[in-house]
Amino acid sequence: MRTEHIGKPISRVDGRAKVTGAAKYAAEYNVPGLVYGVVVSSAIAKGRITRIDVAEALRLPGVLQVFTHENSPLLAQSDNSYSDEVAPPGSPFRPLHDGEIRYSAQPVALVVADTFELAHYAASLVRIGYERDAHATNLNEERERAYQPRPREFIPPPESRGNAEKAFAEAIVRLEEEYSAPIEHHNPMEPFATTVLREENGRLLVYDKTQGVQNVQNYLCNVFGYSKGDLRVLSPFVGGAFGAGLRPVYQVFLAVLAARELKRSVRVSLMRQQMFTFTHRPAIWQRVALGAAPDGTLEAITHKAIAETSQFEDYSETVVNWSGLLYRCDNVELSHTVVKLDLHTPGDMRAPGAVWGLHALECAMDELAFKVGIDPIELRLKNYAERDQNEGKPFSSKELRACYRLGAEKFGWARRNPQPRSMREGNVLIGWGMAGGVWEAFHITADAKATLTADGRLTVSSATADIGTGTYTIMTQIAAEMLGLPIEDVTFKLGDSSLSKSPVEGGSFTASTVGSAVKAVCEKIRKKLFQLARKIDGSPLANTKLDNVRFVDGQIRSHNDSSRAVSLIEAMRHGGLSAIEEKASAGPTPEQMQYSRFAHSAVFTEVRIDEDLGTIRVMRVVGAVAAGRILNPKTARSQVLGAIVMGIGTALEEESVIDHTFGRIMTHNLADYHVPVNADVHDIEVIFVQEQDEAVNPLGAKGLGEIGIVGVAAAIANAVFHATGKRIRDLPITLDKLL
Amino acid sequence: MNSKPKADAATKATVSLPTKNGITLKVNGAVKQIEIAPWTTLLDALREHLGLTGTKKGCDHGQCGACTVLVNGKRITSCLTLAIMHDGAEVTTIEGLAEGEVLHPLQKAFVEHDAFQCGYCTPGQICSAVGLLREGKAKSPEDIRELMSGNICRCGAYANIVAAIEQVSRMGERGDEE
Repeated sequence: MRTEHIGKPISRVDGRAKVTGAAKYAAEYNVPGLVYGVVVSSAIAKGRITRIDVAEALRLPGVLQVFTHENSPLLAQSDNSYSDEVAPPGSPFRPLHDGEIRYSAQPVALVVADTFELAHYAASLVRIGYERDAHATNLNEERERAYQPRPREFIPPPESRGNAEKAFAEAIVRLEEEYSAPIEHHNPMEPFATTVLREENGRLLVYDKTQGVQNVQNYLCNVFGYSKGDLRVLSPFVGGAFGAGLRPVYQVFLAVLAARELKRSVRVSLMRQQMFTFTHRPAIWQRVALGAAPDGTLEAITHKAIAETSQFEDYSETVVNWSGLLYRCDNVELSHTVVKLDLHTPGDMRAPGAVWGLHALECAMDELAFKVGIDPIELRLKNYAERDQNEGKPFSSKELRACYRLGAEKFGWARRNPQPRSMREGNVLIGWGMAGGVWEAFHITADAKATLTADGRLTVSSATADIGTGTYTIMTQIAAEMLGLPIEDVTFKLGDSSLSKSPVEGGSFTASTVGSAVKAVCEKIRKKLFQLARKIDGSPLANTKLDNVRFVDGQIRSHNDSSRAVSLIEAMRHGGLSAIEEKASAGPTPEQMQYSRFAHSAVFTEVRIDEDLGTIRVMRVVGAVAAGRILNPKTARSQVLGAIVMGIGTALEEESVIDHTFGRIMTHNLADYHVPVNADVHDIEVIFVQEQDEAVNPLGAKGLGEIGIVGVAAAIANAVFHATGKRIRDLPITLDKLL
Repeated sequence: MNSKPKADAATKATVSLPTKNGITLKVNGAVKQIEIAPWTTLLDALREHLGLTGTKKGCDHGQCGACTVLVNGKRITSCLTLAIMHDGAEVTTIEGLAEGEVLHPLQKAFVEHDAFQCGYCTPGQICSAVGLLREGKAKSPEDIRELMSGNICRCGAYANIVAAIEQVSRMGERGDEE
């Protein structure tokens, strides 16, 4: 029996369910009498509905109802009721609330029928008349309207220091460039969907695709007036989300509305096209100005960003603060403003803000390195920040130097000829580029519950999610190691609003946040077991202290003498207990808050570009990551691999193209919105550098969901420059921009 | 809340909806007879009529590959074909690959190589890989990448997917498979 689990490459505990088709996602709960809702989306971007004719749809036998703003019941009236844990300041979008159109393809009706096909057909028969207003969807044409957004929780507003303007004017080396990027959509493979199972007593079981079951439960209770006992939200499996499921999505509102009004079990699934009708990574324009000494020492950094938000909410993310953090510089000017456009509110998408901010900063650093004629790594080391100058705090740990060094070694960076267009094979131009990355190591408060039964089996639970990140697995590992049990004897439960309180799953904070709560609750169980073990007549542990025992191989064992041991089952039996149940809460301590806590990375890429055709292939990527203790090298590597793949998409492929004449996203399917496919991905190597961190949180582990993508777009853009001599500052870097 | 307006019987009668037809599918070795409308895709027939939700719906346009199943041994996107077109066909879904508790070598390799994260594209990837190996065209990792590009994995597990398929492909050459 092996009971040391943390740090071991254990295969996912939910792996078998996922490879056999047994894992059930939100749209996969089938019950007799289930009815199907299909959403009708608006045809215009701004204005109002003048007429909505549902008669033809209702005439079809089997169509039960068409919900529109005209027949929607009176629900909660305050913005607060529609808000949620992750909502930015403003008035959240209310589906079917009124006839106003706020963005193109907003939901305007829900057709409910006996079968999916019938609902789909009936939806095509809903006739809608509109009165159009002029809309604005082009960020670049509206930049002068930018304003300071109302601050959002967890997003510190940028703070400037020194006098960047003066220092820039006086600097001998000056670089000032603009960078831009389009809207991206998360596009998890599973479309958003909700199945509401209505029990005979009227209680609702809401199987929803979400990153936060309790967030959705609170929202639905506030909006519809349910009590928590009447409505339970479940999401045991989530088919990817990447931030798209942090806030309640409109299909959950519509499904509950239909179930409530029709007194039926209802399923509402969005079409892939409708996956482009809610949250997204915002389009952005940035300007970075770097002033430096001739040796590359930074004297001034100015980073300005203008992003879009909706007409109804002030979305903002941390875009520019990284420029005051990653390098030592006394003169820093940072600003982040937004423009209201007639689009849905943007939202958090994998490393929100950092993907854009680090693209601009790390491309600018590459441009500076080339200008002053030094190696890009040398420039970064020269300006290495030993302290967080934004917050005036020391780092809990920062092994970024090791990332640069080990990444460069693995990649073979020393063999790079710095001259652009210098590494070709025939008509293929080869480019090598690198960039650094940084992401928050958040830790917030969560609760967990644990039950150890007399047969030595442990069940631990918290209402978090596993969106493919490996939550089930790493929480099982932590709990099993804490109590010295085999993995098979431990079950971790999540994705159920009735479980212990947890924040949404996101921000790379789940490992630290829920992991610390799991650790805390297991510590309580250990304490109780130890007391029971000591009370046994003639206990071999009678004169031992809790600090002097280990929980291993199903036993409590003395550190000094491993023959002095009591099994957990024995302790329980002697205590006459059939189960031990404990609850615990864990959050960051004041000691932790004294430190600035971040994960770091360095990314190295090789691109090969056909000089005649402009086609770009990313042949090699090395990602070196410093993220504290790695709980599971197998799932950790997968997280970083996947993030690098998404970064390739950001650099070269992904763009939600808006036809501004209609204010409508035209690339709303997976043939036109390109995400990386298997053939786009070649050799990727992931390195975790050693990083000891006792201060960051009780586990010493930093989250890994996001750090892997940060810096990838810049590393590829820099490689493209190295290959071609062309700086493409507008993402994605498509072949037309190279020709 | 307005209740649904009562359409009179005469009006209802004038609307003609497709009538259901009986078809027989041999799904994962079991003969299934279902009454199905001509507009129902094979994907929806599996998920909504036969309760086989292991096959996933990702786009309904044949663009993502999540719905890949084997029909008469060949991999196809089940969202782009109507169930009624397959009367009498043999269909294998992810639920039909394991032999009882014993996983198919590809299922086992996917777990070992961590060839998935969220798991939503996984049944399609595995069914596609079964089809790919039968086609006998994948001779190199480059071939696997190219011939598996109809199956999108947004979690980006491609490197591990290729490693898993390569491993089973090598086993097959040695005659270890099945």
